Amino acid sequence: MFSDFSTAELMAIFAMQGFAGLILFAVFILMALGLAIIFGQMGVINMAHGEFMILGAYVTYLTSTLFSTHAPDLFGAYFFFAIVFAFFAAALLGALVEWSMIRFLYHRPLDTLLATWGLSLILQQAYRSIFGAREVGVVIPDWLMGSYQLTDMIEVPINGIFVMCLALAATVFVITLMYRSRWGMQVRAVVQNRQMAGAVGINSAKVDRMTFALGCGIAGVAGSAFTMIGSTGPSSGQLYIVDTFLVVVFGGAGSLLGTVASAFSISQSQSILEFFMGGSMAKVLTLLIVVMILMFRPQGLFSLKVRR
Amino acid sequence: MAQSKDLGKGFKLNRRHFLAAAISAAVMLSTTPMMALADKPATADVNTTGLAVTDDTVTVGILHSITGTMAISEEGSVQAEILAIEQINAMGGVLGRQIQYIQEDGASDWPTFADRSRKLLRQDNVAAVFGCWTSASRKAVLPIFERFNGMLYYPTFYEGLEQSPNVIYTGQEATQQILAGLDWISNEKSAKSFYLIGSDYIWPRTSNKIARIHIEQHLGGSVVGEDYFPLGHTSFNSVINRIRLRKPDVVFASVVGGSNVAFYRQLKAAGLDMSKEDFTLLTISVTEDEILGIGGENIEGAYASMKYFQSLDNENNDAFVKAFKERWGENAVIGDVTQAAYLGPWLWKAAVEAAGSFDVDKVREASPGVELTTAPEGYVRIHENHHLWSKTRIGEAQRDGQFKVVYETDDLMEPNPFPAGYQ
Repeated sequence: MFSDFSTAELMAIFAMQGFAGLILFAVFILMALGLAIIFGQMGVINMAHGEFMILGAYVTYLTSTLFSTHAPDLFGAYFFFAIVFAFFAAALLGALVEWSMIRFLYHRPLDTLLATWGLSLILQQAYRSIFGAREVGVVIPDWLMGSYQLTDMIEVPINGIFVMCLALAATVFVITLMYRSRWGMQVRAVVQNRQMAGAVGINSAKVDRMTFALGCGIAGVAGSAFTMIGSTGPSSGQLYIVDTFLVVVFGGAGSLLGTVASAFSISQSQSILEFFMGGSMAKVLTLLIVVMILMFRPQGLFSLKVRR
Repeated sequence: MAQSKDLGKGFKLNRRHFLAAAISAAVMLSTTPMMALADKPATADVNTTGLAVTDDTVTVGILHSITGTMAISEEGSVQAEILAIEQINAMGGVLGRQIQYIQEDGASDWPTFADRSRKLLRQDNVAAVFGCWTSASRKAVLPIFERFNGMLYYPTFYEGLEQSPNVIYTGQEATQQILAGLDWISNEKSAKSFYLIGSDYIWPRTSNKIARIHIEQHLGGSVVGEDYFPLGHTSFNSVINRIRLRKPDVVFASVVGGSNVAFYRQLKAAGLDMSKEDFTLLTISVTEDEILGIGGENIEGAYASMKYFQSLDNENNDAFVKAFKERWGENAVIGDVTQAAYLGPWLWKAAVEAAGSFDVDKVREASPGVELTTAPEGYVRIHENHHLWSKTRIGEAQRDGQFKVVYETDDLMEPNPFPAGYQ
């Protein structure tokens, strides 16, 4: 298939294809990071994860309209504010949901699946009632929508680079929080043994609420970033939920490192396969590979040895 | 008439003449509604099959998704159908009867569509149903409409390969949309190589099959790539690289739903100019509705091949757009399917009046040849195969989310749901 192209062309395409894979990797990281905390660490099967992401997207939409009407001069920078707002909005809703629903279900993990699925339907219909059934068009500042000309033939989308930076920042933030802070130590303690953690004086209810809120907040950040590359509508969250669970389960629940590794391998294989055989077949093959590997390693790529 | 005759005589109007004129005018005015009342056919005559028709009203159904993923697309159709029904009622209704509608929610779920349509036909005995959007929902209700002999007015442009006695297809079938678009772009842009890309389900696949045959056998061009993506797919960077490598003259796109937004935003971000420099983009799946989500600045310069654009410049359309905005808000946009949905109640009214009856069998018999000169898209006529004769237009997407019409076919395109040589 490559015989009619010059070497320079092929090099350029492979370079751009490498970037495409990295961008997809960053997208997967952002999608999965929040769920890795909620599902991986807490064991809550959060089917409403996509809806928390879309909350972030809608907050971004509101911020963009706010800035374009009240502070048009600052419009180019509104995205940074939007990301912060999205984090807090989603985290707040997450804390509310944890307090009103999830905390009663920690001992019944399978029931969280049903409860959060119901929550996702409620949220979707709420978005539909508030923002209308149609997708909203989030206007992205011009500087984010262009592409960066690396060489004559290699062009890299700027929003891709932005998503990559954001994914990196979010990952560093979460890992530092989980493994280098006192609070992270408490979270890990609660995950490993709830009773014991309580016995040594950790307020496990509070830790749970904060952890859930953090996961949701990160989902909100992801949703905010995805307005650049995807649609913002009441049911857009559904587009991401399958891939998100795939990444977390494949990586091994409970392991943040596993999530990163799995996001990398799935995104690379999907992106390369897509290039050679188109979207649908690539998806089928990626899923096949994942299923095969999970057959031999049901616990995922990486798994923590935890005494439950 | 008497009045104008007298006035025509100049100033010779005396009191007697004036009185006579005034009285005759008054009599005319007061008899008109009485005559209409007398003209109104008896219910027993216009309804022999137990439909929901009374002396003053006739009931129809509206069946679209107002919840779930499809609500985004079907909302406009519901609005258009309600507007048409209200306008018909303001003009005196159909056969002297005001139209009442029962709206059911298909909830983006095909079995629900089937269930609701059964309810409309069996329990509510509606005279006609305006509804469905996706082919899947239409296929789900089809057996029910055929079994209970209902009449469905289906608004979406679709893949063809269907012709039911119980459906009137008010949108275009695939060949009407595709052939005119490809012919135009091949002449206008001297396009030779085409890249076909679509979402992975029946409509894009059937459309691309027709497109490929037309390109290879009739236009002397070549297809350099054909790709499909799962519905809801959101990462298109790899295929964008494929397109870069293949350097087609034209990218022919039938990506739908949320994927649309991702596809165009990523094309734009990749620095590809879809109007001239890199390739020309021709889509059959983006209407004004979709641009709301995509953003006009991200699709500026692309071409769409459809039968209707909101910016069409004719009297019918001016009146329609004005009425639509008055009814549904200044920010409402009208896409191809919304206009096609608007035609449904009007075509049904014309067919009922031609038949002089609400009976489904008689309406069906009267339907072929029924024409509408007041359609926003211009003139349409129902073909024997239950699809519409209509023109196809090419619109160029503008930054403000509207299309500029750059071409329209000279003649009406004949609907051909089973195109010989294209299957």
